[in-house]
Amino acid sequence: MQSSMNKVPDQRGCFGEFGGSFVPETLITALTELENAYEKARRDKAFRRELAYYLKHYVGRPTPLYFAERLTRLLGGAKIYLKREDLAHTGAHKINNATGQVLLARRMGKKRIVAETGAGQHGVATATACAMFGIECVIYMGTEDTVRQALNVFRMQQLGADVREVTTGSRTLKDAINESMRDWLTNVRTTHFVLGSVAGSHPYPMMVRDFQSVIGREARPQILKAEGRLPDLLVACVGGGSNALGLF
Amino acid sequence: MNRIAAQLSRRREAGQGAFCPYVCAGDPDLAFTERLVEELGRSGADSIELGVPFSDPIADGPVLQAATQRALAGGVTLKRVLRMVGNLRNSCDVPIALMSYFNPIHCHGVKRLVDEAVRAGIDGFIVPDLPPESAGELIAAARARDACTIFFIAPTTMPGRIKVIDEAATGFLYCLSVTGITGARKTLPAELLRSLKALKKKTDTPLIVGFGVSTPEQVRRMCSVADGVIVGSALTTFIQKHAASGPDVMIRKAGEYCRRLARAAHGR
Repeated sequence: MQSSMNKVPDQRGCFGEFGGSFVPETLITALTELENAYEKARRDKAFRRELAYYLKHYVGRPTPLYFAERLTRLLGGAKIYLKREDLAHTGAHKINNATGQVLLARRMGKKRIVAETGAGQHGVATATACAMFGIECVIYMGTEDTVRQALNVFRMQQLGADVREVTTGSRTLKDAINESMRDWLTNVRTTHFVLGSVAGSHPYPMMVRDFQSVIGREARPQILKAEGRLPDLLVACVGGGSNALGLF
Repeated sequence: MNRIAAQLSRRREAGQGAFCPYVCAGDPDLAFTERLVEELGRSGADSIELGVPFSDPIADGPVLQAATQRALAGGVTLKRVLRMVGNLRNSCDVPIALMSYFNPIHCHGVKRLVDEAVRAGIDGFIVPDLPPESAGELIAAARARDACTIFFIAPTTMPGRIKVIDEAATGFLYCLSVTGITGARKTLPAELLRSLKALKKKTDTPLIVGFGVSTPEQVRRMCSVADGVIVGSALTTFIQKHAASGPDVMIRKAGEYCRRLARAAHGR
């Protein structure tokens, strides 16, 4: 698994028949710059040290691997362990990627961050990372979602983010992504787009995967220590796919 | 010779700019679009960019997003657009480039789409989210059918990429006036004419400027350097202004608007 994961994406950013780069020409230069900056950063010890520092002292990693005793008894089959990403700062794994990407954007000299959010977790994580590093932050969120998740809108605003409601299309995550892309297209020279899912154009899926891989890299020694063996089965929910890819 | 290439080279030889209006197919219905394209063809349009409505038009501003929504609400699909073009070709010979985001083309099958579109009477393809590096299949299919593949040059395009894009492009290069999305702008960036001049030294492919162009004055300025302009949002806004007066008036007004901008482009 490890080795096959490391072989993708290929040079064109493809994961087999998936992935690749399907964006307007205006973004090609920015994506190339991003890819180059990321390749350089991930080989740079100083960047890795900086990221590790913030993940430990700010995000609160490593998150525990918790043996769910009563759930195990209730279900009466496999021993169930929970990787407690909910205990990371802001309450979700989203912060792993947001911290990594905002650090990278700062390194690239970007002055402004845009991000999409659905339920609001990725928006809160991005707003948090931006507040941490003093970078301007604009979050696009569908009107349907701002109503459903008003508390998260409040949290983002408290963190200094400009939350913009998206009233086009289905007024949900997909339209928030579209609107973020339009903002990025317009302000591409100064702005970085923090995508939270393993989606979009290369190098995003690769980058989100790598920043989230901390989940799996922690879980492996944790389960070995607890059980002396690897689990028979890994289970992850999939929305945008980032926690699943981070674990696997 | 391909209709788009032929018409643009006629304009260039005459020392004139070309006027290429953009129309969202099916806004508000395909019968209207069919009449509109015919009218624009009669009113001096050199080539039409016919947009296929799509649910996620990331490169489009509010005006064309709304046009897309109206068309989708009426149930317009890629297949129906092609059928309409087929009908239109019985009476109208104006060059037409099909503009579609890649998703609908990918779902339809690239080669199949090109074959069906060319058979219906499409002369070229514009796919705003398909960079030339990912367009191998489209280019091969279009070449086999003598159809143009039109690619973009953005203000952010690095000089080193221009050759790659130019080699993939036939018909014309779609030169973006601004970074950002479609929609009329009061002013166009000052460095635009300079970068068009620089680009012109590097290629013989006609340069057509789009995004943000709306007034006769802007059209004249762009055509002083480039081979022509594309006007989309401004035309759509103008037609919509007359929506209350019914389709006949909308079509007539669109024709008047087209003649005005075409005159500016043709330099008469």
